[in-house]
Amino acid sequence: MRYPWLRLGIFVLGCLFPCWWLYQAATNQLGPDLGKIIMDRLGLGALIFLLITLSMTPLQRLTGWSGWIVIRRQLGLWSFAYIVLHMITYMVFILGLDWGQFGVELRKRPYIIVGALAFLGLLALALTSNRYSQRRLGARWKKLHKLVYVILGLGLLHFLWIVRSDLKAWAIYASIGALLLLLRVPLVARRVPRLIGRRGRAV
Amino acid sequence: MLIKIARPSDCKASDITPEGIYLSRRTMLGASLAGAAVAALPGVALGAEPSRYADVEPGAAPGWFKDKLGATRWGAVTVENEAITPFKDATHYNNFYEFGTDKGDPAANAGSLKTEPWSLVVDGEVAKPGRYALEDFVKPYQLEERIYRLRCVEAWSMVIPWLGFSLAQVLKQVEPTSKARYLRFETLQDPKVMPGQRSSFALIDWPYVEGLRLDEAMNPLAILAVGMYGRELPNQNGAPLRLIVPWKYGFKSIKSIVRISLVAEQPQTTWERLAPTEYGFYANVNPTVDHPRWTQARERRLPSGLFSPNVRDTLMFNGYGDEVASLYSDLDLRKNY
Repeated sequence: MRYPWLRLGIFVLGCLFPCWWLYQAATNQLGPDLGKIIMDRLGLGALIFLLITLSMTPLQRLTGWSGWIVIRRQLGLWSFAYIVLHMITYMVFILGLDWGQFGVELRKRPYIIVGALAFLGLLALALTSNRYSQRRLGARWKKLHKLVYVILGLGLLHFLWIVRSDLKAWAIYASIGALLLLLRVPLVARRVPRLIGRRGRAV
Repeated sequence: MLIKIARPSDCKASDITPEGIYLSRRTMLGASLAGAAVAALPGVALGAEPSRYADVEPGAAPGWFKDKLGATRWGAVTVENEAITPFKDATHYNNFYEFGTDKGDPAANAGSLKTEPWSLVVDGEVAKPGRYALEDFVKPYQLEERIYRLRCVEAWSMVIPWLGFSLAQVLKQVEPTSKARYLRFETLQDPKVMPGQRSSFALIDWPYVEGLRLDEAMNPLAILAVGMYGRELPNQNGAPLRLIVPWKYGFKSIKSIVRISLVAEQPQTTWERLAPTEYGFYANVNPTVDHPRWTQARERRLPSGLFSPNVRDTLMFNGYGDEVASLYSDLDLRKNY
């Protein structure tokens, strides 16, 4: 296994945040509506992990270092893990484990529908993230995992529809997401490494 | 003048022992830690001291407030079998977008708000319009403690002991003309001390505006509050003067009021202008009419713990149906949400 310490570091980091939030909750630092706060943080955490995952390929192209790609899968799986926890906290703290109400929400609320679709997408990617699936799916694997761009769009839409009045935070994450997608447009992607490459030779 | 409200949703002062036990237990715990358990108990038992609630941060009450506090009718309206939300939670989990959109922003940023001196304009369709210094405005009224449920449109709720006086009394003083059919309230606009009013990403048109129908404002439940938990209002809770209409979603209970206008036409309110499909003029608590983005059938009664999520059914008119349902007997509440 290459870069074992880097992988371990990211694993610890992924565990650290929810543990820190649990500690904060247990010591009354999250206020009276801690379930909602932890749910929001998990959702935002999943989005941030997704954005970090999507920046690995551009970073690899920019720097030429292969370590970025090595940790990409784990980062994506953290995004999935946070979304699973996000949904559990939603069921427990918002719906009070009322599954009938969950059925109603799934039919009636666009932001829940969009969020659920994004979850299903992440689930498909998580289930096929192992080497066995990569071998079995062959060329189709790459195609399937392009789904991540759709998931990012759905996630951002889900986030947008929760905003009540101030778009600042959303605008920041959406522009980072847009930039990461832009870097994948072939025309742009071809130019980026060339720019870095030239500078690299000059130094 | 005293307004006595005794309705089925109320209970007698003698029935509130569970809260008393709850509060004195907390006070005793805190006090015994400080080694002053014996000294602290009598004050709690008598229940007439400003420190009647546990863990209340003392404020810097203006002179007029201290003068009025002595004659307060404590427990004028109470709630049945419900624990009062801890002071810390009621003052550190707030929506007051003028100070930021996070729940902790108002507590962090509202310290800069200067509430003394404060002037209030009463104008429009009234026989006695005027600009009042706050202490003059509140002078005629006896303070009452009203313990009300507060239901936020975001599906969380609290139980808060307010100190205030009925809006109906104020209306009698200023004498609405025959043309007056609605009240329009306005919050302070001061971007220098209100960072939320400086945000270029905010979708809200400042100042914050709210409104009531005249008969709603005359309902004995509607009050103007100047205090909570036996002290003056903390800035983040809408100091120095705010509206409380407990059968409506929290955003109707406008904070830091600088202007009350009696008007002939239904005023356009801030949230109505921002998202008319989500927030109506009436905004009565109604478990059968959902917010388009989330259900209103249930609510999180705060504090809601990590291992004890406190999710409960939302009551029609927030449980105040006996007092207010008659106001809406000829209104389709589905259309007029």
